[in-house]
Amino acid sequence: MSVLAVVLLETASTSSVAAEGFSIGEAITFWVLGPIALAGALGMVFARSAVHSALMLVTTMFCLAILYIVQGAPFLGFVQIIVYTGAVMMLFLFVLMLVGRDSSDSVVEVLRGQRLAALTFGVGLAALLVAAIGRSLTSVTPVGLTESGAGSGANVTGLGRLIFTDYLFAFELTSALLITAALGAMVLAFAQSSGHAKRGQRATVTARLRGEHDQISPLPGPGVFATASSVAVPALLPDGSVAPGSLSEILGSTPVADIEQYDPAGIDARSAGALRGGRAHTGRRGETGADTRPADAPREDQD
Amino acid sequence: MTPTYYLLLSALLFSIGAVGVLVRRNAIVVFMCIELMLNAVNLSLVTFSRIDGTLDGQVMAFFVMVVAAAEVVVGLAIIMSIFRTRRTASVDDANLLKY
Repeated sequence: MSVLAVVLLETASTSSVAAEGFSIGEAITFWVLGPIALAGALGMVFARSAVHSALMLVTTMFCLAILYIVQGAPFLGFVQIIVYTGAVMMLFLFVLMLVGRDSSDSVVEVLRGQRLAALTFGVGLAALLVAAIGRSLTSVTPVGLTESGAGSGANVTGLGRLIFTDYLFAFELTSALLITAALGAMVLAFAQSSGHAKRGQRATVTARLRGEHDQISPLPGPGVFATASSVAVPALLPDGSVAPGSLSEILGSTPVADIEQYDPAGIDARSAGALRGGRAHTGRRGETGADTRPADAPREDQD
Repeated sequence: MTPTYYLLLSALLFSIGAVGVLVRRNAIVVFMCIELMLNAVNLSLVTFSRIDGTLDGQVMAFFVMVVAAAEVVVGLAIIMSIFRTRRTASVDDANLLKY
């Protein structure tokens, strides 16, 4: 991470030294990061999993941030890293994990030939843009930001002056936009959760006592009043008998191979032993409950 | 090495994002493609700012970032509420207004 910071600072300083001329370092940075950004974008479009798409987009955005810094816009570069890759993409990942991670893309074409048309459109758009930019901007000589006194050193102050003088009205409008967006997100996210009326504490207790549930109290945990707190040890009732509600259904129904009956000779023998062990296990569980000591025994053990 | 290369990269990224919006079916991935298009435009704005020698392009890129952040928040909330009611995040399944 510190190496990255050094590289960022170095590229920023080189760009401030030669802002209108193009240094070798900038060319190297561009030709390394540009293909990575393109590969990340292509991978985002063509990755099957949505999480992979999000990670590819993070790569692309990071490359773009470094390209901003190289071009004499360090403030925008760091805002890109913090806001886009830090906040927006993490929000995307949150929603992906909540919603659409397992919902893979349907390969069914709803409109016939739509994918082919989209690909043709994309290739045509890219060709047109590249041809137009390439033909019209060949002999352009950039003024550069250092010449006009807004290089990387004065970048933040220059941006601040512009935002709070020329673009003040737009800036105020963005604050209204952000508040509206936050309110809208809260309304959209919380609207459905207030569908059913919540029952109060007193009403819940009354419903429990009137017999809405099977028993008044919650189920006893394993090992209550017993000698051990393991999941395999059932809880004991005050008279010392096994509380049936504390028996784990999963443990009871899981086949367990017994050590004495374990036969390493063959798979068939092993599976048969597993079945027998499962039955033996459930039987043993009952015995465990039967011969555990009465309720006050563990307290004596602790003394 | 002229700033034209940055603009070419920006154009390519924009085209890839447009293709992604048209091809993908997962609403969240469609949103990510829109983010890619906004980023491509930001790159071209920063490059224009450098060509022009003024900071106005960077201010515009900054505003684009603000609007994109607000758009992501609202859009993801809409996707969440659609997912709650329809149990799907595919853009093909949100077709109540179609028939």
